[in-house]
Amino acid sequence: MTSTVDSTEAPQFPAARAAKCPFDPPPTMQALRERTPLARVRLWDDTTPWLVTRYADQRELLGDPRVSADITRPGYPSPAPISDAPISFVLMDDPEHARLRRMVTAPFTIKRVEAMRPAVQQIVDDLIEEMLTGPKPVDLVSAFALPLTSLVICQLLGVPYADHDFFQDHSSTMINRDAAPEQRRDAAGRLFAYLDELIGEKLTNPGEDLLSGLTERIRAGELTRPDAAQVGVLMLIAGHETTANMIALGTLALLEHPDQLALLRESNDPKLVAGAVEELLRYLHITHNGRRRVALEDIEIAGETIRAGEGIILANDIANRDPAVFPHPDRLDIQRDARRHLAFGFGVHQCLGQPLARMELQVVYSTLYRRIPAMRLAVELDEIPFKHDGSVYGVYELPVTW
Amino acid sequence: MKVTIDQDKCVASGQCVTAATAVFDQRDEDGVVVLLDPDPAEEFADDVRHAAAVCPALAITLAE
Repeated sequence: MTSTVDSTEAPQFPAARAAKCPFDPPPTMQALRERTPLARVRLWDDTTPWLVTRYADQRELLGDPRVSADITRPGYPSPAPISDAPISFVLMDDPEHARLRRMVTAPFTIKRVEAMRPAVQQIVDDLIEEMLTGPKPVDLVSAFALPLTSLVICQLLGVPYADHDFFQDHSSTMINRDAAPEQRRDAAGRLFAYLDELIGEKLTNPGEDLLSGLTERIRAGELTRPDAAQVGVLMLIAGHETTANMIALGTLALLEHPDQLALLRESNDPKLVAGAVEELLRYLHITHNGRRRVALEDIEIAGETIRAGEGIILANDIANRDPAVFPHPDRLDIQRDARRHLAFGFGVHQCLGQPLARMELQVVYSTLYRRIPAMRLAVELDEIPFKHDGSVYGVYELPVTW
Repeated sequence: MKVTIDQDKCVASGQCVTAATAVFDQRDEDGVVVLLDPDPAEEFADDVRHAAAVCPALAITLAE
């Protein structure tokens, strides 16, 4: 049995990364995983939920129906003060979670996502062409990563791309863990009002997009208009921020691992590209706030008892570096089989947009470095602004040249 | 190998389709798993095992 860490000694969570290792999880958390499967950590509000450090235990708990994702339950280890904004289904339990989730899964089937691949390839080709004919150096985030993912999600949802400055700004505030609660509330309110207005337009004039699909549910009485707007906010943020961060941070990681970049650039094999996407998802694990849950009953795990009502944080980033599952876990190796990673989470809440994210990343990673083979950083690595303050990790800017 | 699926549990992550296209498909209306072949040939066994292992909803059961 592992000794329970006295709560007064519980390390602060989230912890800081090491300045010289921007791709690695915080060293204190990695050390914690080596020492113990379960530890108390201290949050912003001085609560001390459990942190689950290892891959097998995290998978088991995320698949356990006695573990709740309901943010309104006492004991839920919230990453920030809970606002009075409407709650999205990612913070609900079944059956309501499943009911709402299934209303938006249709566009993300493998078939539908594959049908989008040529259009995504075209957007990628056009954005690269613009970069090649424009001035250097160029910021890969604002010139490529964000326009690509925003264009794709706009098309899928039926959101006008012309509004991208508006929704990108407010999305980044919403997921900034240093933003004041009132700033986040304001950003959430504006995005909600924006989506609500769009849904209003689509109620009278529906198209073929996801938001129009939601208006059919509203008309059928299966969904309220505020719930539809909330789903829209979630899809818009999740749809562009995460993948854009994987594009820019992934490019930086590859530039810092030239042997791996060369393998990718010189291969025509879609399997190698798909494998590289999985490995970069594992290695970078950008959703570094941990999955947050609360126990509904007493749960025995790893020689400890998590009591009903206690908070649980599943730190998937350090699970993806668990040597019991991934040999030499701190090595970026695009040829390993990384498909079991937890970058999209696990359990019923696992990312529903993952087929789209994978496809976009496959197109980017197989195209960008072949079209711009001489791409290199235009600044030193230590000048890159990392999103240490974001609930989604990445870089704010990535100046590159060639 | 005998494969069974639980459509009520399925969360439409699509990973089984990517892992074993000959054995799994998805409903058009919500992406929920459809079993194409409950008794897949030996050549698909590894892919099917992988599909079951990565299913986030534990909706795929194998009897070997």
